[in-house]
Amino acid sequence: MNEHLLSMHDLTAGDVTKILDTAGSFREVGSRVIKKVPALRGRTVVNLFLENSTRTRISFELAAKRLSADVINFSAGGSSVAKGESLKDTALTLQAMGADAIVVRHSSSGSPLQLTRWVDAHVLNAGDGTHEHPTQALLDLYTMREKHGRLDGLRVAIVGDVLHSRVARSLSIGLVTVGAEVTLVGPPTLIPPEASAWGVQVSYDLDGLIPKLDVCYMLRVQRERQRLEYFPSMREYARLFGLTSERAAMLPETALIMHPGPMNRGVEIDSDVADQPASVIEEQVTNGIAIRMALLYLLLGGTGAGEAA
Amino acid sequence: MSERVVFERVRALDPITRVDDVRDIAVADGVIAAEAPRDAERVDGTGLVLAPGLVDLHTHLREPGDEHKETVATGTRAAAAGGYTAVAAMANTDPPADNAAIVQAVRDLAAAAGSCDVFPVGAITRGLEGAALAEMGEMVEAGVRVFSDDGRSVPTARLLRNALMYAKAFPVEIVLAEHAEDASLIEGGQMHEGARSASLGLAGRPAEAEEVIVARDLAVARACGGRLHLCHLSSARAVELVRRAKADGVRVTAEVTPHHLVGTDDDLVAYDTMKKMNPPLRTAEDRAALRAGLADGTIDAIATDHAPHAVEEKDLEFDLAPPGTIGLETALAVVLTHLVEPGVVSLMRAIEALTSAPARILGAADHGGPLEHGRPANLVVFDPAGEWTVEAPFASKARNSAFLGERLRGRVRFTMLRGTFTVANGKPTR
Repeated sequence: MNEHLLSMHDLTAGDVTKILDTAGSFREVGSRVIKKVPALRGRTVVNLFLENSTRTRISFELAAKRLSADVINFSAGGSSVAKGESLKDTALTLQAMGADAIVVRHSSSGSPLQLTRWVDAHVLNAGDGTHEHPTQALLDLYTMREKHGRLDGLRVAIVGDVLHSRVARSLSIGLVTVGAEVTLVGPPTLIPPEASAWGVQVSYDLDGLIPKLDVCYMLRVQRERQRLEYFPSMREYARLFGLTSERAAMLPETALIMHPGPMNRGVEIDSDVADQPASVIEEQVTNGIAIRMALLYLLLGGTGAGEAA
Repeated sequence: MSERVVFERVRALDPITRVDDVRDIAVADGVIAAEAPRDAERVDGTGLVLAPGLVDLHTHLREPGDEHKETVATGTRAAAAGGYTAVAAMANTDPPADNAAIVQAVRDLAAAAGSCDVFPVGAITRGLEGAALAEMGEMVEAGVRVFSDDGRSVPTARLLRNALMYAKAFPVEIVLAEHAEDASLIEGGQMHEGARSASLGLAGRPAEAEEVIVARDLAVARACGGRLHLCHLSSARAVELVRRAKADGVRVTAEVTPHHLVGTDDDLVAYDTMKKMNPPLRTAEDRAALRAGLADGTIDAIATDHAPHAVEEKDLEFDLAPPGTIGLETALAVVLTHLVEPGVVSLMRAIEALTSAPARILGAADHGGPLEHGRPANLVVFDPAGEWTVEAPFASKARNSAFLGERLRGRVRFTMLRGTFTVANGKPTR
């Protein structure tokens, strides 16, 4: 593995397997009464969250704490960034304070890569603009592998606003790396014209795909997209591209329903569908902590893996 | 001080007379002299090329308003360092050059600095707001010959038509220079739209944004007979539209920048803000079309779009960093290294696109040759084989060069403005 995790392009199929296996050994820690191992004792992890996020930040915070690292949360609201300090100066400050790893969430695509030019710390991309969200992709791969027992050859549809989705980018790259068959589905206005270059199929016909899927992965729709004329109405979006109860009934019995959250119930996914057994949305969240523990552990070269397993 | 100097055994290149031979060129009393005065300084020109001073149709000098990026003094010094004797200063200053007072102030600053002639470009619309026409007549009287709302396109075909028509009122030829990118197609856009933007997660500025405006403007210019110039072409289809329009007799000229002739969207894989520009670097096919268009004369001139920014402004997240690269000090060497050496264009054609062609568009009668006796001694002498690395410090106040770190061939040895050295032995004199 590289010294940073910026993009799913950084990972080989072997890297992915190693990360998922490591996460598997950390999954168990979360079910203990004392949910903690000393693997990263004395190391400092900074959560640099310059864009609103609750679930990802909490997940990273828990992951680092369960590894016994010291965790500093640095969010835009209360920080100097809001007062006009540049990302570069913020990064240099964190560097001077001895951060070993910086977990960064930022609204600007590419900002984690820029950070690596300014600091020595390991940089983990926790979501950058409309670029990538590799830890989300890895936790999704973990969940799929756990449920299906394999990733190679899985038929996965990623449905919705692919154009603006960092999750869709990372997940597509990751799935193609491990040999899955990916189809992007959504209004043509929300699929990048050149997406097929990622090694995926593109379709505008969700109904035709549904019966053949192993995983139906729904993306969040943002209401502002409608204002920008990408599609006529939320109602029509739900009719053409939403996972309705009727569509969910057409899925094979073994198929998983996934969503990176937070969900717009009634838009991209019907409430009943989100709560049915095929939906593994809550397990995605639990697995997220284990994946982030694995990544911090592998990047920071922690010790005591045996204790974790 | 006007020099008395003779460049001996220099390769003189004149794109107007098409002369290309080795001879002595003498300068005295500010003009090219028939004979060297007896006391003239003698410069060994062996291996050097002497050409008319370069002329830039597209420079941002930033003054007034953004003096932290560049001033007229530093920008014209950069121009001289790059071999330029005349530059057109774009109107998007703060306040904008939409009136005669600003135009005169910029020209006065340039005269005081003495490095390079500055031809202020006037705004087409008041405040560059794209609504009401600026008072063009007053600016024409103040010497403006080119008008542009550079940075964005004139928003409606109707307003463009009115500007082209109104410009016919004046006894001199007025050129309307258009930044061709349809505003609705580039909203939020950070780079060329394509496979690269899709994988980098950066919003796109598609090639058709340029094509749409070029097609619109050519239709309007054709119908009303106006005189149109298209700034910094970047896409293959726009080049083809211009080629056909010229064949049909539309009064249009076009420019291309060194960075669009060399770079592609692949250069942005590391989110390098130095490579962020408007219009954006596009594909290898677009670049090939721009080169072909330059070679066959569809594109008349090479213009730098010299766009200085402060270090801290470019050291930002990609979507927050301003677009643009400085270019005055690198244009000649980039063209020599990347276009002339590989045989994309001849040295004569390159020099024409850097000198006589832009001088004609700008109406800069004293610039761009010919190299004839009695003509103002606005000259550049360069060593085509001289290697150097693009790096700070620059004569410009800014350092945001898209070519940082590159090895280039082509060093300016001397620049003369009306017979006075603005660069001597490779160093700016002011």
